[in-house]
Amino acid sequence: MIAMEHYIILSTLLFAIGMYGVIIRKNLLMLFFATEIMLNAVNVALAAISNYYGDLTGQMFAFFIVAIAASEVAIGLGLLIIWFKRHGSIDLDTLKSMKG
Amino acid sequence: METLLYVALFAPLVGSLFAGIYGASPKTLLTGIVTSALIFTSFVASLLLFLHLYSGGERVHVEMMDWIMAGDLNVPFGFVVDQVSVTMMLVVTLVSTVVHIYSMGYMEKDKGFNRFFSYLSAFVFSMMVLVMSDNFLGLFIGWEGVGLCSWLLIGFWYHKESATWAANEAFIMNRIADLGMLIGIFLIYWNIGSLQYDVVFANISNLDITIVTWIGIFLFIGAMGKSAQFPLHTWLADAMEGPTPVSALIHAATMVTAGVYLVIRANELFFLIPDVGYFIASLGAFVAMFAATMALVNRDIKRVIAYSTLSQLGYMFVAAGLGAYWIALFHLVTHAFFKALLFLGAGNVMHAMDDELNIMKMGGMRKVMLGTAVLMLIASVALAGIYPFAGFFSKDKILEVAFDGHHYILWGTLWITAGLTAFYSFRVVMLVFFGSERYKDFGFHPHEAHSYMLWAMAPLAVLAIVAGLFEHQFFDFVHMVLPHYEFSEHTHHMVGQLIIVTTAIAVTGIAIAVFSNMFREGLFSSAFRNNFLYKLFDNQYYIPKIYDEVFSKPYKELSEVFWKQIDMKIVDATVDGIANTLYATGEETRGMQSGNLSYMLRWMVAGLLVLLVSAVAYTYSDVLLTLLQGVAK
Repeated sequence: MIAMEHYIILSTLLFAIGMYGVIIRKNLLMLFFATEIMLNAVNVALAAISNYYGDLTGQMFAFFIVAIAASEVAIGLGLLIIWFKRHGSIDLDTLKSMKG
Repeated sequence: METLLYVALFAPLVGSLFAGIYGASPKTLLTGIVTSALIFTSFVASLLLFLHLYSGGERVHVEMMDWIMAGDLNVPFGFVVDQVSVTMMLVVTLVSTVVHIYSMGYMEKDKGFNRFFSYLSAFVFSMMVLVMSDNFLGLFIGWEGVGLCSWLLIGFWYHKESATWAANEAFIMNRIADLGMLIGIFLIYWNIGSLQYDVVFANISNLDITIVTWIGIFLFIGAMGKSAQFPLHTWLADAMEGPTPVSALIHAATMVTAGVYLVIRANELFFLIPDVGYFIASLGAFVAMFAATMALVNRDIKRVIAYSTLSQLGYMFVAAGLGAYWIALFHLVTHAFFKALLFLGAGNVMHAMDDELNIMKMGGMRKVMLGTAVLMLIASVALAGIYPFAGFFSKDKILEVAFDGHHYILWGTLWITAGLTAFYSFRVVMLVFFGSERYKDFGFHPHEAHSYMLWAMAPLAVLAIVAGLFEHQFFDFVHMVLPHYEFSEHTHHMVGQLIIVTTAIAVTGIAIAVFSNMFREGLFSSAFRNNFLYKLFDNQYYIPKIYDEVFSKPYKELSEVFWKQIDMKIVDATVDGIANTLYATGEETRGMQSGNLSYMLRWMVAGLLVLLVSAVAYTYSDVLLTLLQGVAK
């Protein structure tokens, strides 16, 4: 039987992997992947908890997050392509126009 | 009547504000005219109030509004016009009117013309508050107000180092004395629970005599500062740095008499403590002689008159201290007239001599400025106390009082001082207006002042001559509020002889001054100038030097220690330390703001973790605490 804890553990692990990716990846595209993993880790937790309590709100939230994530990625990738066209690189270390 | 009171009080304030508006703009004669007119209005209002009281009217007492209402303390803005305050009001407004008109001529070439009139009217307003207040706190406000205006006016030519120094000296000396006065007022409130004159004087006799003594002493310390009595006298001579009309109005006729006014006003208090009164009288007699000796040898025309003011204030305190309050007030009034006249005359001389003050460089000036010479001669005769001039009546009464109380030492001191007074006032007159025309050697071209300035002085001259003749009317008027001073039978018989003796020494003083100047230049030959006494007098008994050595220099050294040890090492170090810590922190942490997205994300995660950990720790704080206690055991 797959119990509540298993889902939560899976979600936590996924979130940690995503966060690890966010911290150490230098490639902007990889960063996007890592954030997607984190988002979906949350989705898993929401769906599981929603099922556990018999309340549909959590699952609805998960759907919303999927939809928003899709649009966010679309915009993000668009910006990323423009950036690549301009600078020829999507390495994070070259993104330094904010340096004070 | 209430309207008149408000007009008398507030007209000078309106004038001051009006002139103040033009304070920074170039000279406009308008300010002088408007302020003079408003002061004159105030004078007329005071005169009408005087007539009201003189014809037997009730005293005017108003409470304009509540001022301080805190707990049991209730002090209203109240004003009272009775026989004493109306006398002061008349003197103040009359002399002020004259001085305002005179100043229009005296200050005509000064850049600060408008500012000057603003200050001068503000002074009159403060003085009116001082004399009209019906409680000690209102008096104190006026007291501080005149102190402030005095500071502004002594330091009027602020570009002169000496003027600013003198202004500060006057202000600081007065502050020392005001502390005493404030303590006196606190004591009154503490023991009586009110500061209204009526309440205080009605209940003062119920108090323990030691407390009354302390109140008397502290109030008198305040009076000593304002009236420049020893040992707080040095500021008055230095205050002569201000424009001469200021010296005439503030440092001769009105402000310096505030101390005498305070003693007269609090007569019911001082009546209970004759020992303090006797001390006041002794100090007064001492100052009278002490100041007169300094005036004997000084070569600065204004300083001579300033020392003479000190000396005359001493006379007033003798009368007030011995319980003859009405005589003190009488001398205050007559003195105001002739002393203001003397100062304004000195102002004319100074103007004629391009601000030269040394009387040794003058001489024979009657030929070019006859009007001023006559006016100053009148004032000097009045000051010397020759019948029938004003000074004769009031000064003679004071001597009679001293004689009557069997205070023969006081009487003797004052008697000698009367001779000295006559000598030094005529020494000035002789050196300035008679003798050879020494000014020619120094290349001066003296000229008489504007005629309207002389006309403005005329009322004072008339009063300096006739004011003394109204002695009995004056007595009848003020004795309704001031206690009657009974001369003993013995003195009554002696009055004739006393007058002769006093007049004799005054005439002798004049004669010495006149003859010594007629046959040779001055009484003091060059050999005499090396005399110990001459040097002592000329250096003002070395008191300024002593003050400098005893107070100023150690104070400066102490300040230096505090500055270097406490301020620099503790206060500044703390403040700088805080700033330096912040600066160093910023320097260390600015690496975070590298602009690198990757680093920022790491910091974000780190922050998230910190928040998460603290949130968890907070939620389970009790569990954690028990755990920690377990570990500790």
